[in-house]
Amino acid sequence: MPTGIFLDYVDPWVNWAWLSTHIALITDALQQHLLLTAIAVAGGLALSLPMGIAAHRWPSLRNPILAVFGVVYTIPSLALFALLVPYTGLGIVTAEVGLIGYTILILVRNLLIGLESVPPEVLDAADGMGYRPTARLLRVELPLALPAIFAGVRIATVTTIGLVTITALIGLGGLGQLIDKGLIENFHTPLVVGTVLSIALALVADLALIGAQRIAIPWSRDTTG
Amino acid sequence: MTHISNVVRWFADPAHWNGPDGIPQRLVEHIQISAESVAIGAVIALPIGIALGHYGRFGNLAINISNVGRALPSFGVLVLAFQVFGLGNLPILVALVALAIPPMVTNSYVGLREVDPDVREAARGMGYRELAQLLRVELPLAVPLVMAGIRTSAVQVVATATLAALIAGGGFGRYVIDGFAQQDYTKLFAGALLVAVLAMATELSLSAVERLLVPRGIRLQRAPAARRATAFKTA
Repeated sequence: MPTGIFLDYVDPWVNWAWLSTHIALITDALQQHLLLTAIAVAGGLALSLPMGIAAHRWPSLRNPILAVFGVVYTIPSLALFALLVPYTGLGIVTAEVGLIGYTILILVRNLLIGLESVPPEVLDAADGMGYRPTARLLRVELPLALPAIFAGVRIATVTTIGLVTITALIGLGGLGQLIDKGLIENFHTPLVVGTVLSIALALVADLALIGAQRIAIPWSRDTTG
Repeated sequence: MTHISNVVRWFADPAHWNGPDGIPQRLVEHIQISAESVAIGAVIALPIGIALGHYGRFGNLAINISNVGRALPSFGVLVLAFQVFGLGNLPILVALVALAIPPMVTNSYVGLREVDPDVREAARGMGYRELAQLLRVELPLAVPLVMAGIRTSAVQVVATATLAALIAGGGFGRYVIDGFAQQDYTKLFAGALLVAVLAMATELSLSAVERLLVPRGIRLQRAPAARRATAFKTA
């Protein structure tokens, strides 16, 4: 009789009873996912802004910067994490070095697209009005580049949310932990919850950033990318 | 630097160059599943992207499919495919094809859309019929972005194929996943190096193909397709 029960048992895609008793596990995973993503995008922005501005001002830096981070971007995340483990161990440093590294190509590229799309007449007008280079950059060029910068932040955020799941293999993972649990225990519910929430989180974050862009720079409807 | 010398010794060991877990065999597995996935994905994605771009319809769909594709967690998609299709190459193939499609649709759409309307007009004026116009005028001009889409997909498929070792797949991912599981950091590092080199080789060789296929007359026209292509990374 008991063996019959096991043989007949079909694992449903979502076991609602398990779900209702594991809300805390799911919200913890979600929180970790958000934190890992926020650190990666904020860290990426903090590094990309000076690099992008430098590459714009000194064009000889442009190709080397894009080439180096292009190479980093090409390295599969699992391999990059594995290459870092002997040096930075299993954990958040390894995860963030990799995740930030990936955001930089996207963010620098979009920053350059934005800065290069400022019309020369606008730059002439700013010069004619007596703006010094730094003031011109801060008050004319960067504001006009904002739509492209926002587009970069959106792509970087959505990309990072997907990649965070892979950090489950170095002991983090956010929602990736649920996917890993589903794989290890051969149990559908956490797998489905982790995957669906990761997709939902990415789409919600993208919509939130579109909303933020409409509020911050209402004149733009740019969707580069 | 004992770590580095261990890795060098791992590569020098003839045992790692023979048999079913040897580097040549794993390389063949990795390339085979990746090539099959990209080929199937291209057969599905390119006609869609090219048709949408040619007719200028459903542009939002063509662009947004990349956004949705980017949101897919490759790890979750692979494990879900494994639960639906069971052991074997089929779940890996299904997951890799699904991840290969979005960049190819978006980039081929954009490539076709970017063809100068005056050029289309001129083709019409010269008496080209619609199909000839598409095949002999629009597609050659769109080659840089179409190829950039294929290259982006291929690099992502090679990266995701690494994760396939988690669901009992072969390829170089085996060394990485087994290295993690056995806490054999030498094997882990060696496997990661192989994966990184393979991804880079994929990128470089497809860039070379791209250069060969681009008609000479349009090579110098615009920013390289590499810079205009949709950024896409899921693994």
